[in-house]
Amino acid sequence: MKKLMSILLVLAMVLPVFALAEDLPVVKLGVYEPASGDSGAGGKQESLGIQYANVETPTVVIGDQEYKVELVYADNGSSTDKAPSAAQQLVASGVSAVLGSYGSGVSIAGSQYFADAGIPAIGLTCTNPQVTSGNSHYFRICFLDPFQGTVLANYAYKTLGARTAYCLAELGNDYDVGLVNYFKQAFVELGGMVIDDTFPTGNSDFNSYLNNAAMYGADVFFSPVSIAYSTQIVQQAAAQNVTFPILGGDTLDSNVVANAAKGTNVKVIITTFYQEGANPAFDEGFKAWLNSDSEALTNNGGNDIISAVSVMGYDGYYTALEALKAAGTTDSKAVMAALPAVTLIGVSGEIAFDATGDAIRTSAFVKTVDTATGDWQFVTEQTVE
Amino acid sequence: MWNTVFPYLLSGISVGGQYALIAIGYTMVYGILRLINFAHGDVFMVAGIVMVYVVSSGVPLWLSILLVLLITSLIGFLIERVAYKPLRTAPRMSVMISAIGVSYTLQNLVLYITGGLNQIYPTIPWISGSVTIGSATTKMVTLVTPVLTIILVVALVQLINHTKIGMAMRAVSKDFETSQLMGIKINSVISVTFVIGSFLAAVGSILYFTNYTTVIQTSGAMPGLKAFVAAVFGGIGSIPGAVIGAFIIGIMENIIKGLDVILFKSGVIKAPLGLATFSDAFTFALLIVILVFKPTGLFGEKVTDKV
Repeated sequence: MKKLMSILLVLAMVLPVFALAEDLPVVKLGVYEPASGDSGAGGKQESLGIQYANVETPTVVIGDQEYKVELVYADNGSSTDKAPSAAQQLVASGVSAVLGSYGSGVSIAGSQYFADAGIPAIGLTCTNPQVTSGNSHYFRICFLDPFQGTVLANYAYKTLGARTAYCLAELGNDYDVGLVNYFKQAFVELGGMVIDDTFPTGNSDFNSYLNNAAMYGADVFFSPVSIAYSTQIVQQAAAQNVTFPILGGDTLDSNVVANAAKGTNVKVIITTFYQEGANPAFDEGFKAWLNSDSEALTNNGGNDIISAVSVMGYDGYYTALEALKAAGTTDSKAVMAALPAVTLIGVSGEIAFDATGDAIRTSAFVKTVDTATGDWQFVTEQTVE
Repeated sequence: MWNTVFPYLLSGISVGGQYALIAIGYTMVYGILRLINFAHGDVFMVAGIVMVYVVSSGVPLWLSILLVLLITSLIGFLIERVAYKPLRTAPRMSVMISAIGVSYTLQNLVLYITGGLNQIYPTIPWISGSVTIGSATTKMVTLVTPVLTIILVVALVQLINHTKIGMAMRAVSKDFETSQLMGIKINSVISVTFVIGSFLAAVGSILYFTNYTTVIQTSGAMPGLKAFVAAVFGGIGSIPGAVIGAFIIGIMENIIKGLDVILFKSGVIKAPLGLATFSDAFTFALLIVILVFKPTGLFGEKVTDKV
């Protein structure tokens, strides 16, 4: 039933594009993002960046021929058991490259289908090392979890002066568990103590976990979990009047989380890819587009605060266009061969790939929620050599 | 020691109360129709979604709460009329499959309406406020839930034992066909059962989502499943059984989440073992153990096959 529904939804999204197709030949880019499930909100925001870039630059010149870029959407449902069918949909529709996904677990789950079809994939915000390691078709334009975990551990230990950290991850979620492990390594190396717990998927009662952290005398609560869980953790923490700050990774960088913290006295600190204000020209254009499209505005959580994942979606789209230009053909295998040499200056910074296909990045933005206004505030740009 | 255990006990009692309100719906429908209404957890979730949309459309909060109770009861009534009543004479398995169908229909309908995004539940003043008791700080709703649950259960038991419709319900649950022959309007009895079950699920949803403020289409699955386990644990068909089963499951689940800390603080273990991971596994392991050793549950009636 759900699968049928999602196929119908995908068809509903694709059909109008056919109807409007002009005379230009079409090159297809797959958008492999969750539009439902726990990461649905994040996936939609990441897709928004791609959509905006597509509105801004709807065509690309490949060789001497101008092509119209068509986005093909597949909802991986934030779950690793639905991811394969979404990936197969994209393969079947003949895309030249795939963008996504939000969430490392679903990226890994879909990876093999892209590899078998010879289609390159560009990870936008999936930060787990396993996404790109040991294969030649998955690339990524964001930083990695070992880096992010180290940045957060350093920030917690040195800047916040924390000595005991309580870590909470969703059981079986590659992203959460991976990031917690890297954080743990770095934090223990610095001389701190780490206690970690996991909760089952679908859990919504975090009171006992917050209690655990308080009982252990934790100085920070590190939970790099999906947005759906993060909002609950923040609100339940507010109800319990916790004293420790809540630390998170890039998944928490959403206005949905900021809204949850608004009007409470919970301190939320995260690392992310972009902070609003770093590129005023982009900010202005993106906000104007969001405000002109009511559906886009709804998908952004009802306001025009720019999420870092949207910026990564935008940069990913242009990375794909550069690769298409460099390949000189829409053939996915040629695009894959051209990708390692692609470089560009994106909104989120310089993009270039290393030997495994990962972006070469050395800095992350640290942000916190201003609980009076419910906006994200820039704290510092943390660099790790 | 008490200070360590108390906060877990408190959230356990609260969650238990919310499971109890859902479990009653399962147990009553089973008692009368011998049907496990798999859509019940989704009715609970739909009550949460209705609340989100009613409040965001600008209706005052007190009226929204009444509307949610009303609409949810109506949904329960309609589900029975549309999906179960036409199957009254069909084999029991068909009705159960129909129930699974209703469950998926509701989930997908909500997925379509919300677009799969999690909705933040509206804040209800007073019961959303924080309160500190001894070593625990929690929401007011944690204290309200068990009290309200017990009041509602007592009222329900009075209704069943001392009113005409209650007598009809007891008669129908004893023997479906004979009570029909005795002139009991079976369809209205069944409708009332569904309305009461859905009403209690709506009350449960208001309490539950005030505590855990995010609603998505799958929000009803876990609480629904655990309430079902509670109903089986207490003896499906028995209302006091369902309530006691729900409280036991809620408390055990939260104690297990905190077991590491409790053992750690009392010096039994030197380092945390990560037992919190097993809180859900425990619930379902309990279901298996109960089914193996006491298939009728704590207060279940003995099944006598009529020849």
